[in-house]
Amino acid sequence: MNAPRNPNTYRSGPDENGRFGMFGGRFVAETLMPLILELEQAYDAAKADPAYHAEMAGGLKHYVGRPSPLYLAERLTDHFGGARIYLKREELNHTGSHKVNNVLGQILLARRMGKKRIIAETGAGQHGVATATLCARYGLECIVYMGAVDVARQAPNVFRMQMLGATVVPVESGTKTLKDAMNEALRDWVTNVATTFYCIGTVAGPHPYPAMVRDFQSIIGRETREQMQELEGRLPDSLIACIGGGSNAMGLFHPFLDDPTVEIYGVEAAGHGIPSGLHAASLTGGRPGVLHGNRTYLLMDDDGQIKDAHSISAGLDYPGIGPEHSWLNDVGRVKYLSATDEEALEAFQLISKLEGIIPALESAHALARVAELAPQKPRDHLMVVNLSGRGDKDIPQVAEILAGR
Amino acid sequence: MTETGQTRIQSRFAACAAQGRAALVTFVTAGDPDFETASAILNALPEAGADVIELGVPFTDPMADGVPIQLAGQRALKAGQTLKRTLAMVEAFRKAGHDTPIVLMGYYNPIWAYGVERFLQDARRIGVDGLIVVDLPPEEDVELCLPALEAGISFIRLATPTTDDKRLPKVLSNTSGFVYYVSMTGVTGGAIASYDAVGDAVARIKRHTDLPVAVGFGVKTAADAAAIAKGADGVVVGSALVERVRLSLDADGKATDKTVSAVTSLVAELAAGIRTVSKAA
Ligand SMILES: Cc1ncc(COP(=O)(O)O)c(C=O)c1O
Repeated sequence: MNAPRNPNTYRSGPDENGRFGMFGGRFVAETLMPLILELEQAYDAAKADPAYHAEMAGGLKHYVGRPSPLYLAERLTDHFGGARIYLKREELNHTGSHKVNNVLGQILLARRMGKKRIIAETGAGQHGVATATLCARYGLECIVYMGAVDVARQAPNVFRMQMLGATVVPVESGTKTLKDAMNEALRDWVTNVATTFYCIGTVAGPHPYPAMVRDFQSIIGRETREQMQELEGRLPDSLIACIGGGSNAMGLFHPFLDDPTVEIYGVEAAGHGIPSGLHAASLTGGRPGVLHGNRTYLLMDDDGQIKDAHSISAGLDYPGIGPEHSWLNDVGRVKYLSATDEEALEAFQLISKLEGIIPALESAHALARVAELAPQKPRDHLMVVNLSGRGDKDIPQVAEILAGR
Repeated sequence: MTETGQTRIQSRFAACAAQGRAALVTFVTAGDPDFETASAILNALPEAGADVIELGVPFTDPMADGVPIQLAGQRALKAGQTLKRTLAMVEAFRKAGHDTPIVLMGYYNPIWAYGVERFLQDARRIGVDGLIVVDLPPEEDVELCLPALEAGISFIRLATPTTDDKRLPKVLSNTSGFVYYVSMTGVTGGAIASYDAVGDAVARIKRHTDLPVAVGFGVKTAADAAAIAKGADGVVVGSALVERVRLSLDADGKATDKTVSAVTSLVAELAAGIRTVSKAA
């Protein structure tokens, strides 16, 4: 089922209808459809324009601070006594996470399209901060929708966005987390179609977003390939990344999908544990449905109602996943695991103490599975973990949890 | 189908046109505020003056709806409404002998979860006449639109101010029953900016199709309905009706003995408003 168009590659999707096998598509209201087609055209034109690529490359280098280092975590490696663990240091990017890679691409596109009003949804606030940052840089109006629950648990990022001149709108509807922020952003977009560019923060939403965001994030995997070649003279043996919507993971994975020797692992948020039902693991604990413009694995009940996701990490607290991940899961190219809140908290503290790097709680989910995978591997196994963001934003929340113990 | 070979939707619009007036299309959310009260509202709508009924299928994530219809859906879901129970409401309505056309309106995921084929069979058997699925543009016609047409259920498409002349034929192809013109770029429950612009848009759509054109989003009062009725074949009212439900509830959010009449009295006013505008038959 769902054979890729070219069976010799996992990298040819999506098809012209925005599908990765049965996943993806353009499930949006008619009001948005002409806009989405216009965006697709504009993106295709930009992709073919060397000036756009040059602008992008300049921004990534001088403003974002790329390339991000590929760093051998020696003490972590010794601690687990198995694989050589490399951290891809996306947390060193300007604004503190991988999110900025995508935002730069979209904001440059918005400028080409003449859009002056930018809207975004955010969970952890990292995408919101990145969007607010580039809007400040280019003098664009910025409105960020954020669930009221997330506004409370990611307070430092709310303040950052406001400092940057963005308007943060707390979303009180539904579960007051990322999915509701996305609903509200879509409502804004339907209302202000003519003036507004919707800067989506992950590899989800209607076509062309999943492919476009993946393309912008693929810089992570392309750099990793080159850097590993330089450092070790070969390809890595395994890749591992956390998954909210799946953008940091897809960015790392995509350039390696056709390298059969590279094992690839995505880590979803298992919250209180999959059996508890209180989790955000759409692949591990969900089934295919349609939400936010695409068909993908979702947490939903028998009536097709979307279930609440649960995760300690606001950036993973989403009941869906990007459609390309759903496809990669079904064709078996990527293995999807999960990590609980508790495991993530442990990893958060471990990496801080062993490496002097405080990771984002999101990234800590990937590190939690490294704790299990690394010891099983031989000493010459090269493992790359995507350190998608830094943990400064999480310190008040983690301090509160640990103080309560 | 009626004896004349027309669908219930076609013959209803034709009958209204023969009376020289626009049709009143009323939207209420199935299961709001609870199954019994919503069933009582549904069964009272024809006598109150509804010509076509849009029955909202509640969904947790109604991306194209404003606050009133969001809240109506939440009330219904909280009271245990499901697509299965919505079909049961329609079944009871038909068993009571009503022949007012019913169009289910909502989002794709509940239908997809029910199973498209099984849903269409059940909907057809029970007496559902049409579907409006907000998140299925023509680009996704293979999902539900084409199977629905094959099953004999109309698929009513939304046309919007962003649907230009170039795109209109695509939107109108495979549309049946009527065309629903969304009066503004926005979510349900907003305000209509300009009646003139709406009139022009309806005229534009009518140059492309013989189907009746109903206009909705933002119609709240009898006066609004009359203003829209001048140019359109149908006037859709939704948010104002579900707001009537909300305002009739007690402090615990439960239905009161005024809930049904709160809705039907507004429907009667709207029906009267539409009848103040007479059009050449
Ligand atoms: C640091 C960090 N990592 C990961 C994520 C999850 O998003 P994605 O799966 O799209 O990378 C977020 C989202 O907010 C984040 O802030």
